[in-house]
Amino acid sequence: MDSYVQGIIMLAGINLMAVLGLSLLTGFTGLFSFGHAGFMAIGAYTAACCTVKLHMPFIPALLVAAIVTAGASWVIGKLTLNLKGDYFCIATLGFGEAIKLILDNVQYFGGARGWPGIPAYTNIWNVLIIDLIGVIILANLIGSRHGRNMIAVREEELASQIVGIDVFKYKLKSLMISAAYAGIAGGLLAHYMTFLQPKMFAMAKSTELTIIVIFGGLGSISGSVLGSFVLTSLPEMLRSFDKWRLVCYGLAVIIIMISRPEGLMGGYELTPSSIKKMIFNFKHRKQKALPVSEGGK
Amino acid sequence: MLQFLQQLINGLSIGSVYALMAVGYSLVYSIMNFSNFAHGGVIMLGAYFGFFYLTIYKMPFIAAFAAAALTTALLAVVIERTAYKPLRDRKAPFLYFIISAMGASIFLENIVIATIGPTFRTYPQVVEKAPVAIGSLSIGRLDIMMFIISAICLGLLVYVIDHTKIGKAITATSYSTKGSALMGVNTDFIIITVFAIGGLLAGVAGVLFGMKYTVYPQIGFITLKSFIAAVFGGLGSLPGAVIGSVLLGVIETFTSGYLSSQYRDLIAFVLLITVLVVRPMGLMGKVTEDKA
Repeated sequence: MDSYVQGIIMLAGINLMAVLGLSLLTGFTGLFSFGHAGFMAIGAYTAACCTVKLHMPFIPALLVAAIVTAGASWVIGKLTLNLKGDYFCIATLGFGEAIKLILDNVQYFGGARGWPGIPAYTNIWNVLIIDLIGVIILANLIGSRHGRNMIAVREEELASQIVGIDVFKYKLKSLMISAAYAGIAGGLLAHYMTFLQPKMFAMAKSTELTIIVIFGGLGSISGSVLGSFVLTSLPEMLRSFDKWRLVCYGLAVIIIMISRPEGLMGGYELTPSSIKKMIFNFKHRKQKALPVSEGGK
Repeated sequence: MLQFLQQLINGLSIGSVYALMAVGYSLVYSIMNFSNFAHGGVIMLGAYFGFFYLTIYKMPFIAAFAAAALTTALLAVVIERTAYKPLRDRKAPFLYFIISAMGASIFLENIVIATIGPTFRTYPQVVEKAPVAIGSLSIGRLDIMMFIISAICLGLLVYVIDHTKIGKAITATSYSTKGSALMGVNTDFIIITVFAIGGLLAGVAGVLFGMKYTVYPQIGFITLKSFIAAVFGGLGSLPGAVIGSVLLGVIETFTSGYLSSQYRDLIAFVLLITVLVVRPMGLMGKVTEDKA
């Protein structure tokens, strides 16, 4: 495999890691985040700090990144997760931008000029293996009691509270796991690019991740996997089309929302038995319930 | 003391433009309960429309101003019809509205990059550069104009909301969409009106902003700060949006004046998080009740 294709696969794999985390938060718990690039930034700088300044090996550095990011998300979640609706999403927006602006001013990490010379530890194999572990953990989590509780919170917050689910606790858990995924993705990105700059983690990155989740389908892991690989490789194939890429993405998001809010996979997973079921459901689209409930307003 | 006054005046002038933008966020939030992130894109296009009306069509300044405002009002209504109306009809959860708004804002920003190009454009000089000197204070003519035009627009808005039938209908709808619909208010029309008003003010704000700085596709990012101002004052509250904006404008200019301009944006976002943590309903917002 030539290095160009490998590079694209690695980038898609790194995106996938962050998208998996965001998928848990948005697709399965029903919380919207504009600040996942901020979590990626924390992960990237922590991991790079571990390997460059503390001379730690790669995998422990990634674990440290995951723990630190989860810790940061615990703080932000504890403070803002009990706010209703929009306010959490606004808080994540503020958080993401604040992280970027703080990093711009930390001279220890190179400030806005960036931080070169990070060792290139990321290769295609460790990306794919970490992705695989990430998918397995997430799939198991969603099948478990915790995952089902998170889905219950997404479907009907009040009802799940009544049946005894600690809504706040599960939202916080979901956010922390999601942030840990983003942290690992950031660590991988740092050691893939070998160069870090706060600009890489602007709001555009957060929206890009969200677009991938929506494209793949809210509430579907295989959708996220498909979405990451398709949406990361597509712009590479259509280089000349690059200017119009985000125009199409924006339009696609609106069209998906008004016509097929379930996204590509519509809350379904790609397993042999589900493919049959999906074809059936596709034929009887009208009767099917939406994956995210009509709660809200 | 002199520097203090100077900064205060600069802060008031930029704050008044923020207010024009923030009011658009707040109006929509008060009725539809979601943050219309596409508003930033509308403001950005307002700046472009004004620019093109002035340069290509060589319109006189006032005409260009009005034309830009009308175009953005139309644009805002079109966005509402295409991106939000289908969701409203389906009674979709608010999450979908935010996603749709995000899609619209990405679309607007990038269609400008793709068609007009990402370059910075400077408005032709409309107002004399030479500042007015009052005592030893020097105030830019543009700053004065920004402040006056914003104040007039906000005054008109207050008049419309408080003293006209449609204003009363808007107030009623913001309390309860269902209730006012039962009382015979055409809520669909009210929503269109609200988007149109937001769009008008966005156009004015866009042109003013473009004149003060430059026009470029990422202006939408700066309008995020007016959104912060709306949250600061209390989403859904018009006086809150104005007070929050003016305060934010003053805080910003003081930060760049006395600390460093690097911290200007950081202060805004830190303020946002602090407000959300300490007093999520903002300075004057209505208490957010449980909507589950």
